[in-house]
Amino acid sequence: MYNQTEIIKDTTDLGPDGELVINMGPQHPATHGVLHLVVTLNGETIKKIEPHLGYIHRSIEKMCERLSYRQFIYVTSRMDYLSSHINNTACALLIEKGMQIEVPERAKVVRTILNELTRIASHELWIGAMAMDLGAFTPFFYAFREREMITDIMEDTCGARLTMNYIVPGGLMYDIHPNFQTKVKAFVKQFKEKVTEYEDLVTGNIIFQSRTKGVGVLTAEDAISYGCSGPVARASGVSCDMRKIAPYDAYDRVEFDEVIETAGDSFARYIVRVKEMNQSIRIIEQLIDNIPEGEFVGKTKNVLKLNKGEFYQRVETARGEFGVFIVSEGGTTPYRIKFRSPGFSNLSVLDHIAKGSKIGDLMATMGTLDLVIPDIDR
Amino acid sequence: MLSLESITKTTQDWLFAKFSPEIALTIECVIVILLCITLFAVLGLVLVLLERKVAARIQIRLGPNRVGPGGIFQTAADTLKLIMKEGLTPDTADKFLFNLAPFIVMMVAMLLLAPIAFAKNFQIWDINIGVLYISAVSSLSVIGILMAGWASNNKYSLLGAMRSGAQIVSYELSAGFAVLTIVVLTGSLRISDIVASQENGWWLFKGHIPVIIAFVLYIIAVTAETNRAPFDLAEAESELTAGFHTEYSGMKFALFFLAEYINIFIVCAIGATLFLGGWMPLHIGHWDGFNHIMDYIPSSVWFMGKTFFLIFVIMWFRWTFPRLRVDQLLNLEWKYLLPISLFNLLLVTVIAIMGWHF
Repeated sequence: MYNQTEIIKDTTDLGPDGELVINMGPQHPATHGVLHLVVTLNGETIKKIEPHLGYIHRSIEKMCERLSYRQFIYVTSRMDYLSSHINNTACALLIEKGMQIEVPERAKVVRTILNELTRIASHELWIGAMAMDLGAFTPFFYAFREREMITDIMEDTCGARLTMNYIVPGGLMYDIHPNFQTKVKAFVKQFKEKVTEYEDLVTGNIIFQSRTKGVGVLTAEDAISYGCSGPVARASGVSCDMRKIAPYDAYDRVEFDEVIETAGDSFARYIVRVKEMNQSIRIIEQLIDNIPEGEFVGKTKNVLKLNKGEFYQRVETARGEFGVFIVSEGGTTPYRIKFRSPGFSNLSVLDHIAKGSKIGDLMATMGTLDLVIPDIDR
Repeated sequence: MLSLESITKTTQDWLFAKFSPEIALTIECVIVILLCITLFAVLGLVLVLLERKVAARIQIRLGPNRVGPGGIFQTAADTLKLIMKEGLTPDTADKFLFNLAPFIVMMVAMLLLAPIAFAKNFQIWDINIGVLYISAVSSLSVIGILMAGWASNNKYSLLGAMRSGAQIVSYELSAGFAVLTIVVLTGSLRISDIVASQENGWWLFKGHIPVIIAFVLYIIAVTAETNRAPFDLAEAESELTAGFHTEYSGMKFALFFLAEYINIFIVCAIGATLFLGGWMPLHIGHWDGFNHIMDYIPSSVWFMGKTFFLIFVIMWFRWTFPRLRVDQLLNLEWKYLLPISLFNLLLVTVIAIMGWHF
């Protein structure tokens, strides 16, 4: 019923007069975090977007050169704070690979369950924030109702709600809480009942659909050439799920689908994330009943030393492919660490896909790119 | 019983008996003005609290419940805070227009109170062109909004004001046509005639199909006219901070805020008057016992009940739907609502001539 957005293909001949340069951010309700966008407008049409980064640059990579191999893991929780367990897993896996540490089965399964719970929590917050950007204030509260259950589980088992320091090289820091299984099962049951609410309230809403369909179209070639990953690339038809390409922990023995859409617009990115939540629930269901007994951490020395060399590990966070690259000189601290953040590559595509559309479309596009700025700035 | 017309009648008789006609009229004017201002203040208080409570319940939370029992003094506390805030006028703003804008918007809201019939024989001004007066005066609010956006000397405010102006002017057409439907069926522009014609049933039931279509169009159009979600582009926080009233603070902001809620009350009151029977109680056919019981409920309670029901529906919209983009908004009006309302007008004229309504 509503008109598709009109994308003006060639914005160069809109004339220099009538150009308005506005700054969105760094303090702005819609740029999630401190993102400074310098938007050049002609009327309502966007001619150019320049993201200015660095407002929350904390020199994390430099800081890690002073931290030991046991300490640097938890700095990654502060980067992409919505996928903290997954980021920690990446660092732990790298150290385990580099030092050949044996991880017991129990730890692998619990780490997988925690990763998937974190992914669901991240997507819940994303759904709430994106709906709020578009003007629907209510899904935010419904999404947080589910997210509260997850953070309760995290609080019991890991001791913290947001930056959970729980995963160590070799397994887990301590054993899971006795209530872990019951609470996760209760959460799975509630989530399956309530996910239809999101379908009704947000997905099926014609206003929402007309604001996201055909908006911010990213072709598969562009996704690959800009280096996008995660739901952004999967919505354009690029198959890039790290859990399938290079499985780690318990991912090689669970069954789940890689959600791929081909439309490449904001609605496809939205659908990919909602379906990913369902797939995560599927993974959790397969694992929660059969957590193997045994040790929760492998045998490691107290002070870890990586051999001289270069190591790389990549995982699939809620935003895309997160990579950790360490250059080690054989000491107890890394010589150089580089984090490949998914948000940085996803943000680089914003100018390309939002050019020629309107400000309202910019909100929809930015919302579906799911940017967490501390992850981009490190 | 609680019939308000006895109060007005006794007051009028007493005044005209005691004083000369001119002085009695002046005193009546003063009383009416005081009552209007009180109504404004009370309505503002009630509506803002109602909005916050309704929003909270839809969002599975409680809403204000600390200030006063159940939070009823919350708005009073907020108003006190706004009065005490520093009213900051930007240096480069056009001072005269900047200060004048909120008053124009408030004034339009007050002028629209005049023809509304709150209860039986309880109307301030039963002008013979009642409906036309309402349509004409409600268009004046655009001037206040554009003034506010321009005088703020702020890119965002200007963008917001332009969008808002375009929106209001477009949706007035649909609202006007919806209202014309009832005028065609009644044959008069006078409010008291329209209410009196609904004695044997509300127009929503008597006029079946065209009136139902007109009612739906009216609700959509007035949601857009009062800049409410899902049409609240002008105040879209996440896109343009606060739109045309970004630069306003303190009492002037409170006036804009208040004027928006009073506008909602007025358009819902007009909708209740035209489509839902105003102060007429609900009578069903020949169920005499039922009708007699319905007659016991005072007419002011009927009117307020219907108005607040419509207000609740409009508030419900705000917290359920996402926002429309500005081009979708204007598309909706010019390509869908306007043709439907024109066709509807034709339909209702045919029905009125053939006498196919109840």
